[in-house]
Amino acid sequence: MKTIAIASGKGGTGKTTLSTNLSALWAEKRHVTLLDLDVEEPNSGLFLNGTLVKQEIIEKFIPVWNPDVCQLCGKCQEVCEFNAVMKLGTDIMVFPELCHGCYACSDLCPNSALPMAARPMGELSHYRIGKLDFIEGRLAVGEEQAVPAIKKVKEYQKQELPDADLVIMDSPPGTSCPVIEAVKDVDFVILITEPTPFGLHDLKLAVETVRGLEKEMAVVINRDGIGDDGVESYCLEEGIRIPARIPQDRGMAKTYSKGKLIYPSHPAMKEELIRLIDFLEAL
Amino acid sequence: MKEIVVLSGKGGTGKTSLTASFALLAGSSAVIADCDVDASDMHLLLAPEVEQEEMFYSGKEAVIDSDACISCNRCLEVCHFDAVETDGTLYEINPVNCEGCSYCERVCPVDAITMKPSLAGDWYVSKIRSGARMVHARLGIGAENSGKLVARVKNEAKDIASRDSKALVLVDGSPGIGCPVVSSLSGADYIVIVTEPTVSGLHDLKRLRELIVKFRLPSGCIINKADLNTGYCDEIVKFLEHEEMDMLGTLPYDERITAAMVQGKSILEEPYSDSETAGKIREIWKKIQFKFGLNGE
Repeated sequence: MKTIAIASGKGGTGKTTLSTNLSALWAEKRHVTLLDLDVEEPNSGLFLNGTLVKQEIIEKFIPVWNPDVCQLCGKCQEVCEFNAVMKLGTDIMVFPELCHGCYACSDLCPNSALPMAARPMGELSHYRIGKLDFIEGRLAVGEEQAVPAIKKVKEYQKQELPDADLVIMDSPPGTSCPVIEAVKDVDFVILITEPTPFGLHDLKLAVETVRGLEKEMAVVINRDGIGDDGVESYCLEEGIRIPARIPQDRGMAKTYSKGKLIYPSHPAMKEELIRLIDFLEAL
Repeated sequence: MKEIVVLSGKGGTGKTSLTASFALLAGSSAVIADCDVDASDMHLLLAPEVEQEEMFYSGKEAVIDSDACISCNRCLEVCHFDAVETDGTLYEINPVNCEGCSYCERVCPVDAITMKPSLAGDWYVSKIRSGARMVHARLGIGAENSGKLVARVKNEAKDIASRDSKALVLVDGSPGIGCPVVSSLSGADYIVIVTEPTVSGLHDLKRLRELIVKFRLPSGCIINKADLNTGYCDEIVKFLEHEEMDMLGTLPYDERITAAMVQGKSILEEPYSDSETAGKIREIWKKIQFKFGLNGE
C-alpha cells in the first residue's frame, strides 16, 4: 500500500484542488482511495459527486457521572490534566469539549462512578465514484478537537478498505496536532504552496514538520507565475524536488469557484497532474 | 476598548493581507494580535521590531527512565494514544503521540515516569511602522495547545491596550473552526469574516457563521475576489441578508495584493495606494470605524 498526504502550512494554497483532481485523474487508471482529513472544513466532497456507500456518526468517549455511587472523593478532579472534570460542591461536572478521552478519571475512580460513554462529535461519509473511494470526516460545529475525528477516518479506511493500495489524504492546514495526526504514518508527503512570501514562510514550517516526522516529500507549486522565485530557490537549496507546477490562470480559478474539477477543461492542469502521477508511480 | 477578530473559515481568502491593511489604517490607537499562530504571516507585511520575547510552556510530555523501568507494561496498557512503544523490554514514549494526560505516570508502580513541561512556542511584543504595538507568536513544530497560545497572545494584547488606553484590539485569527478559532472568539466584540465567491468559500462561511452564532457574536463579511464568480457573490450576499450579518464590502480579484506582499507591503502603500482595491479597503475600514466610534490617524 502506498499512502500519500497532500499538505501545506498555509491554508488556501490548493490542497483540496490537488487532492480531488489528482485522485479523480489517477482513478481513471487504477483504484484510488481519497480521505478528506481536513475535518474542520472538509471541502473535497464539493468537487466529487459519488454514490453514498456508508455513513457513520464519529463518536468520542467521555466520562459520565453516576451520582448514586459517587463518594465525592475528588480523585477524578485530581487526575484530570485538562480541567475537564471538576468537583463543585456535591456535584461532579464534566466538560466534554475539554476532555481528551484519556480514561484516567474513569479508570482511577475507586467507586466506578465515571463510566465512559459515547458522544457524537462528527460524521463520516463514504462515497464511491467509479474506481475512486472517497471518505470524508466532518467535525460537528462547536467541537474543538479535530484529532479524534481524523483518527476515526483513518481507522475506517483500514477496516473497510484493507486492500486499498493507493491512499491519498487531503490534510488539514498548519503544523500543529491535526496535521501531525494526518501525516504521521504516510509514506510520502506532497506540500503544495504558492510562490509568494506568505507561501514560502509557511512552506518552511511545513518542511520542518515533515522532516521532524522523518518523511520523504516533494513540493508542488500552485498559481505558478505570481509572486517571486523565493520558493524555487528555497527548494533548490534544500534539495526538495518540484515535480509539478500548476500555472496561475484565472480560468482555472473560475472553474474551481463553481465546484468543478479543473483538469477535464484545462489541459495545462492535466499535463501537470500526469507529471505528478508519473513521479509518484516511480517512487 | 473594542476587540475585532478577523476570520475566514477557509484559508487563502486574503484574511491576513486585509488585516494588515486594517492594522495600518488603525494607526497607533490599536494593538494588533496575530492569533494565526500556526501560520503567522502578518509580520511579513508589518515588519515588527521585537521589543520583548517570551517562551511559552504548555502541556506536559511523559518521559520514561529506562534504568528505573521494570518493563511491567502497565503504561502501555493504560495509554489511549498509542504513545508508549516497546520491543518487550525497553519502554519509550513517542512524543508525537503523547497527549500529556499523566495517566501512565500515575499508575507506574516504580515511579519510572516523569512528566516534563513541553515548550509550545515563543511569543513577542513588537512595534510596527504605524507606531502600534503588535503581539505575535511562533508555535513550536508539531506543538499542541495552539488554542492556549492564541489565548496568551490575545490576553497580552488586551493587557497592553488597557494599560496604554488604546481603543482597539485587532486580531488576525486562524482558518478553520477548531480550538484556535474558538479560543480567539472569547471576549470579542465583533467578527469580520473574509470570504471568496467559491463553492468552498460559501461552504466554510456557513460553518463559521454557525460557530459564531453559538457565541452570540455580531459579525460582518467582506467578499474578496468578488468578480471571480458573480453568481456565488450574489448567493453570499443573500446568505448575509438572511443571517442578518453586515455586508462590509467587496474587493476585486487583484494580483497587486500579491505584488505588494512580495515587497513586504500592504496594498495601501506606494506604488499601489491609489488602486481601486486600496480605495475599497479604506472605505470598508471607515465603515468598521464608524460602527464602533473609533478614530483613525
